[in-house]
Amino acid sequence: MIRARAVEKRYGDERVLRGIDLDVERGGFAVVTGANGSGKTTLLRLVVGLAQPTAGELEVGVPRGRLGFLAHEPLVYRELTALENLDLYGRLYRVPERRERIGMLLERFRLWEARRQRVGSFSRGMLQRLALCRAFLHEPDLYVLDEPFTALDAEGAELLDRELAERRERGTFLVATHAPARFESLATAQMALVR
Amino acid sequence: MVAAVAMIAFFAPEDADQGLSQKIFYFHVPIALTAYACFGWGAWKALLHLWKRRPGADLESYVAVHQGVIFGALTLVTGSIWAKISWGVWWAWSSNQLVLFLVLFLFYAAYFMLRFSVEPGPRRANLSAVYALFGVALIPVSFLAIRLANDFIHPTVFTSHGPQMSGRMFATFCVSWAAMLLLVGTLYHVELAGKRLDSRLRELRELLA
Amino acid sequence: MSYLSDVAALARKDLRLELRARDTLPAMLLFVISTLVVFHFTLPQGGSRLAAFGLLWVALVFTALLGLTRAFAAEREGEVLDGLVLAPSDRSAIWLGKAIAMLVFLVAAEAVALPAFALFFDPGIDGRTLLGVALADLGICTVGTLLAGMAAASRARELLLPLLFLPLAIPIVIGGVGTSVAGGGRYVELLVLYDAIFAIICWASFEYVVTE
Repeated sequence: MIRARAVEKRYGDERVLRGIDLDVERGGFAVVTGANGSGKTTLLRLVVGLAQPTAGELEVGVPRGRLGFLAHEPLVYRELTALENLDLYGRLYRVPERRERIGMLLERFRLWEARRQRVGSFSRGMLQRLALCRAFLHEPDLYVLDEPFTALDAEGAELLDRELAERRERGTFLVATHAPARFESLATAQMALVR
Repeated sequence: MVAAVAMIAFFAPEDADQGLSQKIFYFHVPIALTAYACFGWGAWKALLHLWKRRPGADLESYVAVHQGVIFGALTLVTGSIWAKISWGVWWAWSSNQLVLFLVLFLFYAAYFMLRFSVEPGPRRANLSAVYALFGVALIPVSFLAIRLANDFIHPTVFTSHGPQMSGRMFATFCVSWAAMLLLVGTLYHVELAGKRLDSRLRELRELLA
Repeated sequence: MSYLSDVAALARKDLRLELRARDTLPAMLLFVISTLVVFHFTLPQGGSRLAAFGLLWVALVFTALLGLTRAFAAEREGEVLDGLVLAPSDRSAIWLGKAIAMLVFLVAAEAVALPAFALFFDPGIDGRTLLGVALADLGICTVGTLLAGMAAASRARELLLPLLFLPLAIPIVIGGVGTSVAGGGRYVELLVLYDAIFAIICWASFEYVVTE
């Protein structure tokens, strides 16, 4: 599903990634670890196609629309409501039975009550839940998640645990985290990035 | 280049009513045409960058535009001198060429602003390339627009180029233009080599560090 | 077909954002009226009708510029543009949706500005002027939106947009002033030509503005 050979990424004179080799099989669950600034986020941005490697080869075996990307930022409009945001993405991703799917996800992530609130008024944790809804909305084949547990409380973390375990059966995962213990039962491969 | 200067000085006949001053024509027009050639070349390289993803095309496009701006500024200066000599004013809005070069100068100055305000990398290459492509579309559209604008800003249109060129004038003009193209080609390669050397040095330094 | 529905969804989102936050259109309205008032004092008594039209075009271009500097403000906050870029729709839909929203704002601002202009300067606005304004609006919004996307990717942001935009706006201004004072014909053709050429370039190149 993902194949990287000697991938390098630099921004100007700064080399952020160098000599990255990575293989993720279909149905695999790869965890990328590393300290702050080790290039985890950059690697994920390369995989989803938001950035291009400066050198090396990188192949990702799914079209853009079958990717689910959870970024550092929630990628939602602050002035729109949760429902409006998901509706926009649902349309762009041509999600079938959009309303039902959105309702179900909001329900599952305990955001249903807040669905008509402006996202700008959300707490960090609620934003993260909404970001997860956004990434999961179109049932992607490849999940690319950057620190998915950030800002989640105990309840939220449990919800996500359950969601990951369930989706693990259907998709391929690439997760970046500085705390890999959380994914021990799921991971099939682990890779440590060093600066 | 020397041959061109010599020809301009001794070979070309003096214009009947403009006299010696007419000789600046042999600098002004070839410089202007060379600037167009640079902008066109820059846009072509920009297209190659976007379309074929050719590595190095971004740098080549940038260097070409850079040379184009230098020659564009020279066009403005020589044009202004010519305007002073033949019409007695340093600036003539009625001269379409001159106005067009002012617009282009502003446009490509903004190109540099854009380039200097984006981090080096593929994003900057893309933005510069798109803007350079806008440039070649702007040249004919602006030219058309400026010619039209003269109708309502200056109802009487100058016919500035006077009589037809004689054979000797034309020959001098061609040699001069060839010299300019040669000059810009050399400058282009020198600057490109310098820039490439720069980046190779940086890579080396990084390897050593 | 799905391309158009993407464009519609994106444009509707921008209009909804504006209705919710109201940060662009009121500013444009106030700006265009203020500008016209300032122009009244810069125009000498008995200034010609032609000069008044010139000022109208200055006011319109700068009002549009004011709106355009805000074009990608909502996307920049929270890097939403990344989310839109990753969606499977063609990237040019992002540009087209945004350009349509900007066009709506600009037309709304002009719906106030033109009557105010007629009231303040009594220049005799005719159908030709309106046609010129409409065609110029198209050019301003297509080119301006793409350049706003460029400026949003730079460090200088708001500062950069006028520098990028004004040289490209010169043919629009010439065409616009020409249609109002010198009478249609070739000026209308110039505007149509400009709109067509630059719409195609913008449509084809926006993808590169938002991706690496």
